[in-house]
Amino acid sequence: MTAVAVTLAPVRPAPPPPVPRTYRGLGERLAPYAYIAPFFIIFAVFGLFPFAFTFYVALFDWNPIGDQVFIGVDNFTRMFGDPRFWNAAGNTVSIWALSTIPQLLLALVLAHVLNHARLRFALFFRMSMLVPYVTSVAATAIVFVQLFDRDYGLLNWLLGLVGVQPVDFVQSTWGSHVLIATMVIWRWFGYTTLLYLASLQAVPRAIYEAAAIDGAGAWQRFRHITVPSLRPVIIFTVVTSTIGGLQIFTEPLLIATGAPLTCGAVRQCQTLTLFLYEQGFGQFEFGYGSAVGVALFVMVVAIAAVNYLLSSRIRADR
Amino acid sequence: MSTAAPRSRRHGRVRWWTYLMLSAATVACLFPLYWMFIVATTDTATATQMPPEVVPGGNFFALAGLVMETVPFVQALLNSLFVATAIGVGQAVLCALAGYAFAKLAFPGRNVLFLIVLLTMTVPTQLSVIPQYMIMSELGWVDTLQALVVPGLASAFGIFWMRQHITATISDELMQAARIDGANSWQVFWRIAFPIVRPAAFVLGLFGFVTAWNDFLWPFIVLKSPERYTAQIAIKALQNSYDVDLGLAMSGSFMATVPLVALFVLVGRRMVAGILEGAFKG
Repeated sequence: MTAVAVTLAPVRPAPPPPVPRTYRGLGERLAPYAYIAPFFIIFAVFGLFPFAFTFYVALFDWNPIGDQVFIGVDNFTRMFGDPRFWNAAGNTVSIWALSTIPQLLLALVLAHVLNHARLRFALFFRMSMLVPYVTSVAATAIVFVQLFDRDYGLLNWLLGLVGVQPVDFVQSTWGSHVLIATMVIWRWFGYTTLLYLASLQAVPRAIYEAAAIDGAGAWQRFRHITVPSLRPVIIFTVVTSTIGGLQIFTEPLLIATGAPLTCGAVRQCQTLTLFLYEQGFGQFEFGYGSAVGVALFVMVVAIAAVNYLLSSRIRADR
Repeated sequence: MSTAAPRSRRHGRVRWWTYLMLSAATVACLFPLYWMFIVATTDTATATQMPPEVVPGGNFFALAGLVMETVPFVQALLNSLFVATAIGVGQAVLCALAGYAFAKLAFPGRNVLFLIVLLTMTVPTQLSVIPQYMIMSELGWVDTLQALVVPGLASAFGIFWMRQHITATISDELMQAARIDGANSWQVFWRIAFPIVRPAAFVLGLFGFVTAWNDFLWPFIVLKSPERYTAQIAIKALQNSYDVDLGLAMSGSFMATVPLVALFVLVGRRMVAGILEGAFKG
């Protein structure tokens, strides 16, 4: 841990000269920089530099224990012609849609009902909803795979009671996507609910009361007060869950035990980040893996841009 | 959905379906953890019988023993505790310090540097795991715990959040009074500012702790030997021996989750309050 101490030790400036009334000695003037330096140093070394370096490595045929050969954009042309890449991209989008849309709708409704002034056990409900957030993705995956198991899973047993044939969630394409999306929803819907609730609490209760007096029903209050007040935070959560959705990795790695790096024999649930990992650390193709990282970054930027345009149009419409 | 009955001055009673909906959500949140406990305490035959067993069995210690034989799980829990604590405490102190500088100290370049801090939040660093691994390799940090701790200490959001809190809670008069008494900027921070914002720093540290405890991708890449595993990576290792015993990975998951649920029972109220203050948007 000595290296840590070296990295983090604030630059110790010369002791301030004894000029008591000015408090502007050299040390005092440099102190603010020392206070913010740890962040900038750590971010530069472990955040910014690797980020920039990804674009560089992507131009090489880069073997970590062999040669590094500059090949220009060959990794990208290879990627665009690689059906495994497009398969992973399709899976990522499918899982993202299946997890984000129901999650946000659920959170919207739950935040609305949690915002009720006279709700009892409010703290209990709020805390319960954050329990999945403190549960790790790994533990979540283990338990959900068991619950969704074809032969011994509780869900298939319940489906069997109403006459449905057992569903092989892990081995089928749509089934594995539903399974992963369920895990994502389970882990994040409570957190999103609390984010929405935070925004709702800023809406004066008098507005709800006035609407109720004017005869607005529960649905109308939800539709015409809750949803419009939450528009900014909804846009925010769409962006964050999209960026999170592009980086889904642990769930697909853990559900298909037979072929974890591809999430199944036919790559039925391999996401882009898992594909990146497979190429980088399974095949040791650092260059090609980095090219996938660049593609992911371009997608993040594109989605953020589309969101920005949409939200500014929504604002302009109002 | 509404009735024609005269309304109270407040916007109506809480309806029964509100409680039904919230109770269903609560059950959905808690049931998987309960199920984890069931499977972690029964043998394979019981865990796979249908209809399923719904009460815990007495097999917990047998399974836990098997877990310890398969991977050094106690060591993994200690590693997780070390990494998560170091990141939680480190983030709380470093973000409070930087937040204090940005909120209360005047220095050339302050606004530009703060803007840079905010901009760093938009860089999706998780996509650069390959170069990150190369750096760790250069530093000789592969398969060490500092490879997890040091990068985890920087939190742009934490700095932003602590700056907001310090601006809102510490008056310039208080700062001036301390300075006239001869305190330098470090003493003002450590003796006056930090004690006042400690509750906010604690909540920040809690979220840092939970995130670090549950982190998977980066530890999975950088840790190699079983005695360095964090609890999450140990769960993955247990899953590789899945066919040996169905309950093995479940037992490990249970043991890795219980400490956090216990922590959450103690201080979860403050995490909820932290989110409701509009804090954790990111």
